[in-house]
Amino acid sequence: MSILVDKQTRLLVQGITGREGSFHTAQMVEYGTSVVAGVTPGGLGKSVAGVPVFNTVADAVAATGANASIIYVPARFAPDAIYEAVAAGIPLVVCITEAIPILDMVPVYDYVKSHGARLIGPNCPGLITPGEAKVGIMPGFIHQPGPVGLVSRSGTLTYEVVDALTRAGLGQTTAVGIGGDPIIGTSFVDVLALFEADPATEAIVMIGEIGGSDEEDAARFIVENVSKPVVGFIAGQTAPPGKRMGHAGAIISGGTGTAAEKIAALGAAGVSVADRPSAVPDLVKSAMAGVRS
Amino acid sequence: MNVHEYQAALLMSRHGIPVNTGEVAGTPGQAEAVAQRFGGTVAIKAQVHTGGRGKAGGIKLAHNPAEARAVAEQILGMDIRGRTVRKVLVVPGVAIAKEFYLGVVLDRSKRRVSAMASAEGGVDIEDVARERPEKIVRAIADPYLGFQAYQARAMAFELGIAADKVAGFASIAQSLYETYVREDATLAEINPLILTEAGDWLALDAKMSFDDNALARHPGIEDLRDLDEENPTELEARRAGISFVKLDGDIGCIVNGAGLAMATMDAVKLQGGKPANFLDVGGGANADQVAKAFSLVTADPNVRAILINIFGGITRGDQVALGIREALGKVAVTAPIVVRLSGTNAEIGRELLAEAGLRAVDTMDEAARQVVAASRGREA
Repeated sequence: MSILVDKQTRLLVQGITGREGSFHTAQMVEYGTSVVAGVTPGGLGKSVAGVPVFNTVADAVAATGANASIIYVPARFAPDAIYEAVAAGIPLVVCITEAIPILDMVPVYDYVKSHGARLIGPNCPGLITPGEAKVGIMPGFIHQPGPVGLVSRSGTLTYEVVDALTRAGLGQTTAVGIGGDPIIGTSFVDVLALFEADPATEAIVMIGEIGGSDEEDAARFIVENVSKPVVGFIAGQTAPPGKRMGHAGAIISGGTGTAAEKIAALGAAGVSVADRPSAVPDLVKSAMAGVRS
Repeated sequence: MNVHEYQAALLMSRHGIPVNTGEVAGTPGQAEAVAQRFGGTVAIKAQVHTGGRGKAGGIKLAHNPAEARAVAEQILGMDIRGRTVRKVLVVPGVAIAKEFYLGVVLDRSKRRVSAMASAEGGVDIEDVARERPEKIVRAIADPYLGFQAYQARAMAFELGIAADKVAGFASIAQSLYETYVREDATLAEINPLILTEAGDWLALDAKMSFDDNALARHPGIEDLRDLDEENPTELEARRAGISFVKLDGDIGCIVNGAGLAMATMDAVKLQGGKPANFLDVGGGANADQVAKAFSLVTADPNVRAILINIFGGITRGDQVALGIREALGKVAVTAPIVVRLSGTNAEIGRELLAEAGLRAVDTMDEAARQVVAASRGREA
């Protein structure tokens, strides 16, 4: 079992003929993901890595039955791409694109929610169910099937932790990169709920960072709704206030959103918080042993 | 991106907000001339990109032109939270009857834009939020309809504003929302928004910040950038497409990915060191970007050792290593360098780095330990 993506996922790639889109389509196909269609306006009849290209998402869905979409279009076209996917009835939309203006995302978020769809990202690496489907830009080979569900606001830091887990013999059910922007479609709380409901997930790792209060919301949610052990890591303990640390959402503003607050909130919710990424696997092992004993 | 008060006030005024219009002066003589023209009492306000100007003595009244000159002389050149005052704004003095706070921000947890107001104006709103949160009233704007007049009126009534002043408040609050949305701001704030003794609404201060990701569609905002207020290295990094933040430590950091870059800084601190910067070189970490990163990091004279932390994902470790070697051919670096390389083909990459005389290790903890030792002139 897993969450959100698996062997049944029929993936559509928006922006498939672009540099990023074509490169990552080939990577996803090579991983074994069922990529059934691509969309580039005016691209009908082309093919990328053996995947047929359509002019519109609606055409692609009608022809192929695609049930998930991944978006690689530039920031100024990304909101439109998300609307198009949701309007065509795609239930899961993953937006890799970074640098989308924040105010563009306010109506996007609302539109996606009110249409009952799910958006992962933007500004995220995507998600992967090891051995089944890679819907993103992460290096597939570091992942391995197993019992740990992982959710993170970061990209390479996620790979770092996944790699450490895999080396320690801890595979993953699904690893979800929710993105580093101030407005993202899917929060920690949403993914925690999915992992809690997934019978194959035995432990959850959440990787947060400075900015906003999604980690604090997650802590409150964990207390009331999560029975599985949760291990956390928060990046940015040395980050200064008022400065955006790469990710648009990683900023301590008005004295809130500090790593210390988030670590304290998670700790109080019973989450084992690692002081460094390399400490995560041992904490997962002891948390899992604690549950079994 | 941040702008000065006088720039924010001009933007707000264009969107229909009554502001206390003044003039900018760069010398005491100019301040005196402006005060002469306005007549009567004026306020002299330091124009720097930081809060706490009042507490630092950067905002003062002057009752005549000679005093305006003397006050401007004090404030110009003053250091406020590490920033030098190069300009002052001279505005006419106003008789204040009542002060309010009015702001528009993104409510991240609701994923919507929020207006907030308080009858405790003129003080630090963060203090009010922390100590007396019940004194702040809020309204959430609809993603499609925006911020409606009824919402603004409800805020005004909740603040106890007299019935005949409610429409004026609501109009300013809606205009501030329009300013925020049309200019792609991340903050639009009037503190204080006042009722004058004559009974008029007036914005006595203006503060705005803008979404860096939206600047491309607002060339007019980009033109407001004051290069004197920006760290030159951060500016250079932005032009090269590299995220860089200057910190006050002595260990330069070059990392691929923002989250990993933060975690790397934290790892340096765990080993007892202090990071000199945050730097995200981007996912691919190619030779040109790494060379640029070296020149950014070594521009800081405090840097005593450099930690490169690359998790090679889809970009292979051997390519990253060759990129680092090529970059070192382009930029002369004298500080000791420790490279942490992990991921695809990392072993080959580390061999390539070792051949070039670089220290290459495979874990972040070990790299942080070695770089801290190197920064203190010790072999790890």
